[in-house]
Amino acid sequence: MNTAETLRTALEAVRSHRMRSILTMLGIVIGIASVILTVGFGQGARAQVQEQISALGSNLLIISPGSSTDDSGSRGGFGSATTLTLEDADAIADSDVVPDADAVAPTTSTSTSLVAGETNWTTSVVGTTTSWLDVRTRTLASGRFFTQAEADSGADVVVLGPDTASELFSGTSPVGEEVTVGGRTLTVIGVLESSGSSSSGTSEDDVAVVPVSTALALTGSTSTSVSTIYVEAASADLLSAAYQEIDALLTTRHGIESGDDADYSISTQDSLVETASSTNETLSVLLTGVAAISLLVGGIGVMNIMLVSVTERIREIGLRKALGATPSAIGKQFLAEASILGLAGGLLGIAIGVVGSWVLPAIIDQPVTLSLAATAGALGVSLALGVGFGVYPATRAARLTPIDALRSE
Amino acid sequence: MSPAAQQRHRSTGGEPIIELSGIRKTYTSGTITFEALRGVDSVVREGEYVAVIGPSGSGKSTLMNILGCLDNPTEGSYVLAGDDVASMTETQLAEVRNKRIGFVFQQFHLLASQSAWRNVELPLVYAGVPKAERKERAIAALTKVGLGERVENKPGELSGGQQQRVAVARALVTEPAMILADEPTGNLDSRSTADVLGLLDDLHRSGRTIVLITHEDEVAARAERNLVIRDGLIVADTPVGVPA
Repeated sequence: MNTAETLRTALEAVRSHRMRSILTMLGIVIGIASVILTVGFGQGARAQVQEQISALGSNLLIISPGSSTDDSGSRGGFGSATTLTLEDADAIADSDVVPDADAVAPTTSTSTSLVAGETNWTTSVVGTTTSWLDVRTRTLASGRFFTQAEADSGADVVVLGPDTASELFSGTSPVGEEVTVGGRTLTVIGVLESSGSSSSGTSEDDVAVVPVSTALALTGSTSTSVSTIYVEAASADLLSAAYQEIDALLTTRHGIESGDDADYSISTQDSLVETASSTNETLSVLLTGVAAISLLVGGIGVMNIMLVSVTERIREIGLRKALGATPSAIGKQFLAEASILGLAGGLLGIAIGVVGSWVLPAIIDQPVTLSLAATAGALGVSLALGVGFGVYPATRAARLTPIDALRSE
Repeated sequence: MSPAAQQRHRSTGGEPIIELSGIRKTYTSGTITFEALRGVDSVVREGEYVAVIGPSGSGKSTLMNILGCLDNPTEGSYVLAGDDVASMTETQLAEVRNKRIGFVFQQFHLLASQSAWRNVELPLVYAGVPKAERKERAIAALTKVGLGERVENKPGELSGGQQQRVAVARALVTEPAMILADEPTGNLDSRSTADVLGLLDDLHRSGRTIVLITHEDEVAARAERNLVIRDGLIVADTPVGVPA
């Protein structure tokens, strides 16, 4: 009996017990679909994180202050110290010292209430330099950014994020209007284009950007400490060179002895991506594990039904043997049946997975990336499950002696 | 005269097709052993029409299973068309069942989901006959048993007699050396019984060897030789008049 005949016979058996075949496949269908969707979720989430981080600027180094230790010896978290200053930023901007840095943007950040006419809105007021726009890869929707002269003089100008602008001016163009911040009146000179992403909960679109000297004047602070210094390397290749130059510079400037902890930290996008991805990864592994278990259960379901099928069709097996079927022909027939169930279940599962990866993002607002590797793997696994769990019932069927099979009631 | 001596004297028929000597079959269930066959010797020659008769429990079904290579004897030798069956593997036995023996069962044993011709072609599938030839031969066999018009019908759409005729067509489609019929009329009404027996007569006339197992004397009377079996032994081997 050749392969084509074996397949035809197996297909007929699957078709003639349609309901049972569908129920058998269900376990594998669900298993495969969930594997595809969970892998898709994991990859989608990772892609989203990467996109958000690369939106920060492609060759970006982010320098944050280290932890602070107060007089009583209690230590704050990273970023709590005031060890980074505008002077540090100026030093980094010196092209002789750090030749591979293209642009440097120190930023201060305070949360303050802005008032425009009758309306007020509390947002984060960012004090920075003219490089900020480039370094953070932002563009303007209308108006202009502040100039070097305005930055130097601490001019009373402000650039609003799109969300902030619409909260304060609700629809009308804010350019040329005035907002009052802490008793000072600032002129709105521009509105930022939406950044299109929000990372770690705070919207990049709800912000008021002012020259750093203006920001210091607003808070009445005499300290020149900044919360973050963004540095754009000349190119992605020069990122690590820039990193080392800055590291060396700050070590010297801050008088850090070798062996001591630095009072600042420099992070790159890669390290951010890694941190963000590791949480996703754990979740993905967990979900994939659950999906794999459901696949296993599906496979056992196939075996179960095939065993029932052997018992139920024992007379048919006996007859086929009496008519000249060899043990291997009977074994192959049952193996083919199990494989067809596995494969059909797998294909159906893939179809559901593919449809799910289109439909789900719209419902749950989470991207789902369809992974070719996961899909191909799922297909392989479903076929392997069919074959693997079909072997035992098939051998049982093949071993039946014809007379026992024929005589059974 | 012993059965073996009777066979030696027999002049009808050609080459021996079945040679049984000292066939024993013992069933063991727990501590109880039961001897179904206690030393059966017999020879059936090509072209013979033999009926094995005996009451239930006499061992005739066991004999039939051994003749059909569906079961192995505990002891003794069975030579089928010159080949010793005892030394064969399960795969070789499958080939013997496929090529040399055509079965007709009391319960028909047709596949309910398949049409008549699909049922008839089944032995040819296992024989590796090409598809087109299979269908042709299956339909020819069905025509021979008078079901040329019903080839596409499934067993459920046929009467009992018609179903048994499909089974006869299936038995002869491979042109086997012998046809083994196990109570072929046991589940049929008298008219269908006459039909099927008539078919076997035709096959016999065309030169085929037929071994028929029955407990009905009128069925046995259609054969040309009766083997009477009782308590696991052949107690009589008698020629019968050629059926009218």
